[in-house]
Amino acid sequence: MKVMNTEYLLQLEQEAIRIIREAVAEAEHPVMMYSIGKDSAVMLHLALKAFYPLKPPFPLLHVDTTWKFREMITFRADIVRRYGVELITHTNPEGLRDGINPMTHGSRLYTDIMKTEALKQALDKGGFDMIFGGARRDEEKSRAKERFFSFRDANHRWDPRGQRPELWSIPNLKKNRGESFRVFPLSNWTELDVWRYISREAIPVVPLYFAAERLVVERNGQLIMLDDERFKLLPGEEAKLLRVRFRTLGCYPLTAGVLSTAASVAEIIEELEQVSMSERCGRLIDFDQSGSMERKKQEGYF
Amino acid sequence: MSNSNGILRFLTCGSVDDGKSTLIGHLLHLTGNLFDDQLLVLEEESARIGNAAGMMDYSLLLDGLMAEREQGITIDVAYRYFETPKRKFIVADTPGHESYTRNMATGASNCSASLILVDARQGVLPQTRRHLLICLLMGIRKVLFAINKMDLVGRDEARFREIEQECLSLAEGASTLAPGSCALQVVPVSALHGDNLSVLSESMPWYRGVTVLEWLENLELVESTAKAPFRLPVQYVLKGSMESNGWQHEDAQTSAPSHRRATWRSYAGSVASGAVKKGDRVVILPSGVETSIERLLVGDKEADAATAGMAVSVVLAGEHDVVRGDCIAHLSDRPEQADLFKVRLVWMDRQPMYAGRSYLFRTHFGTIEAKITRIRNRIGLDSCELLSASQFDQNDIGEVELALARRFPFDPYLECTETGAFILIDRISNATAACGMILHSMRRSSNIHLHREEIPRELRSAQKGQKPCVVWLTGLSGSGKSTLANVLEVVLHAGGHHTMLMDGDNIRHGLNRDLGFAEADRIENIRRIGEVAKLMTDAGLIVITAFISPFRADRDMVRTLLPAGEFLEVHLTTSLEVCEARDPKGLYRKARMGEIPNFTGINSPYQEPLQPDLRLDTASRSVEECADLIMNLLQQQGFIARSSSR
Repeated sequence: MKVMNTEYLLQLEQEAIRIIREAVAEAEHPVMMYSIGKDSAVMLHLALKAFYPLKPPFPLLHVDTTWKFREMITFRADIVRRYGVELITHTNPEGLRDGINPMTHGSRLYTDIMKTEALKQALDKGGFDMIFGGARRDEEKSRAKERFFSFRDANHRWDPRGQRPELWSIPNLKKNRGESFRVFPLSNWTELDVWRYISREAIPVVPLYFAAERLVVERNGQLIMLDDERFKLLPGEEAKLLRVRFRTLGCYPLTAGVLSTAASVAEIIEELEQVSMSERCGRLIDFDQSGSMERKKQEGYF
Repeated sequence: MSNSNGILRFLTCGSVDDGKSTLIGHLLHLTGNLFDDQLLVLEEESARIGNAAGMMDYSLLLDGLMAEREQGITIDVAYRYFETPKRKFIVADTPGHESYTRNMATGASNCSASLILVDARQGVLPQTRRHLLICLLMGIRKVLFAINKMDLVGRDEARFREIEQECLSLAEGASTLAPGSCALQVVPVSALHGDNLSVLSESMPWYRGVTVLEWLENLELVESTAKAPFRLPVQYVLKGSMESNGWQHEDAQTSAPSHRRATWRSYAGSVASGAVKKGDRVVILPSGVETSIERLLVGDKEADAATAGMAVSVVLAGEHDVVRGDCIAHLSDRPEQADLFKVRLVWMDRQPMYAGRSYLFRTHFGTIEAKITRIRNRIGLDSCELLSASQFDQNDIGEVELALARRFPFDPYLECTETGAFILIDRISNATAACGMILHSMRRSSNIHLHREEIPRELRSAQKGQKPCVVWLTGLSGSGKSTLANVLEVVLHAGGHHTMLMDGDNIRHGLNRDLGFAEADRIENIRRIGEVAKLMTDAGLIVITAFISPFRADRDMVRTLLPAGEFLEVHLTTSLEVCEARDPKGLYRKARMGEIPNFTGINSPYQEPLQPDLRLDTASRSVEECADLIMNLLQQQGFIARSSSR
């Protein structure tokens, strides 16, 4: 489906910039979650515009589970160098010590410890009170009700029934010490909007989004990339070279690729305009329990 | 920003089971905005937990949160996105249950059109009237009534025409409360079967008007905000200087400048209304400084002009002290400034609203203390009539007078949405207590000036050798407030201090004779006591009060009336059991027998002070001991000299 005119992207861009500025104006210690993915790339681009010609007045924070695709880590270093922004990385030390990994411990426990718990540690350590995230409402049903400014109590918990109403563009950002807000400037963007904007603004993204021959294995109907030697094949499994790309990026054993020939941003947009699978279908952690994402969010996941 | 082809934001409203979610879900499907895996999950869930008798239950797509999926109702505002070759849509799906007015108001505040569902079997219900009225009050002037479930009334034209007429007369009835022309459309649909959603239904050959989708795609969005006067609220001040590694924030620099660096200062914000060009003459409010726009940036690009909705930053000619919350407007078309308003409120908090209470008033132009000075009326959502009211409960809508602690620039809501809108924040819970729309300022605000005092209050109290304050005794009936107040006053008097004691005996029988014991009256009672106490402290007196004053908000209200530090809260913590055993006036006995409604401790709560200046338990201390402890407090805080105690 083709929208004739993409001028509407400007409306989304201006809205996101307003939200970023508002959060920073009210923050004591703002921080931007940087997951290295396309949404983070767009969010960082918007932050650079919001404070132009100055640098965004906050660091980026990456929760590193140690299971990210290698290309993501390379890309992360490039971005830090290119834009001269401050980057904080954090890995849950207890999880690292106990060798928590997605294969032997299962995606639920792994996500709890290496993502949710690690995130809370990093936020507490930095005392961050306004935390930008690139989540979009169209990603998943429970996200559809998220606010631009999502209040979290001192334990980082989300109360979906007690959310503050957001009226006009006048947010209520009052909070007590220890409480915080998760801020989602891309709330109103869809996956297609994100790609159209990346195209319009020529924003660099991790090459994993583009189709290429990659060594993958089919497990539970999903194509998992063999990114390093830690991923062991099970008996009967066979590594294959397939032309795949990734629609979302996370930890490589939990992020399935899709067969695709789209090797450029323009081709991705074309593909998405006709595509028949939703974006998060490659995210295994969304399916490990019914109402899965909502439960994770209440516990403090992004 | 030109929006002819831009995003259309609309909200859907309807009662439980009117089929809102089904309609939106079906529209998503018809416009090719659903993915195969979503459809598969939907098919599976329709079969397992669906309510569509074997057909696709599209409502499952939208009812996101677990709790509401189990209850089968939407409990909050959910946002959906879809696009057609003509435009992109953002749908605010708001619940129809009548106790959720707040969600609808929230959704409506960011929408320019609304789609109201009516069940063809039931026709226009009281809720339909409410939904329309809320939309109109929030400023929406484009409304489509979707008469749903036409399949269940045999797709009967006569039934449709009947409901169509009801809808149109509904809108006419609401027009006095919501002036301005309104574009109305009524369409017969079946959300389940898809009739008249995107193509005209063959089963209803008698209807040849627009489909729901056509109406949405072709709505003219001539934004009224684009035509309104130029307003730019300063959101963030960009201050920096050129360092070796590029432009850096001023506060991020550690080393003192060794040479003169280039500096940067611009004012970032989103244009709330109107348009601005480079070179325009502007005024900064509230300071009134006049200057001009030297440079204009939209994002990281220099621009010649910008319009409503754009996130800009401006460089002003000359150096001025401009801060977040200031308003930049054209010199020739500046907003009015005032501190007293008639406003319309949608009350959202579970705690009711009463006249006399203070809240934080938040707009694009800052956060200001505000007090509800008078309730004008409540709007009867079922009758469209103005009713009298002494309080607003959650989901009430009505008009009140609001007094602010300082003047601020504004526009009436109907002329400019973003600069005429505000929210009220509860000072204790931080909850958004209400949203509001400014109707107009009240002339009084610029005419009445506070009486200018010739003798400053410090001189009056200095003459008495004391600093004025209010010793506010609070606690249950029978906790010994009056007894302690009396002893304390005697001690102070003996020490040569000038005091005044206020308690039920000298207030309830005189000044507050007209007040009863309903909650609104109790608040007014405390407010008047607070105001009198304030006058007495202005006179230099040490004021002792003895009132149960069970509500934290009321005690805090008195605290804010007085200069900081002059309100000493003394909590008599004596337990209910002890007080009830004492029962000096036999009131507990009567209350227990149900003869006294709203008796504190029995059938009305006592909210303990969170941080009182002193806690005293009269069960374990004598009244003289308690008086001594208060004397110590007064000495420590310097209200009286140390030597002046007994």
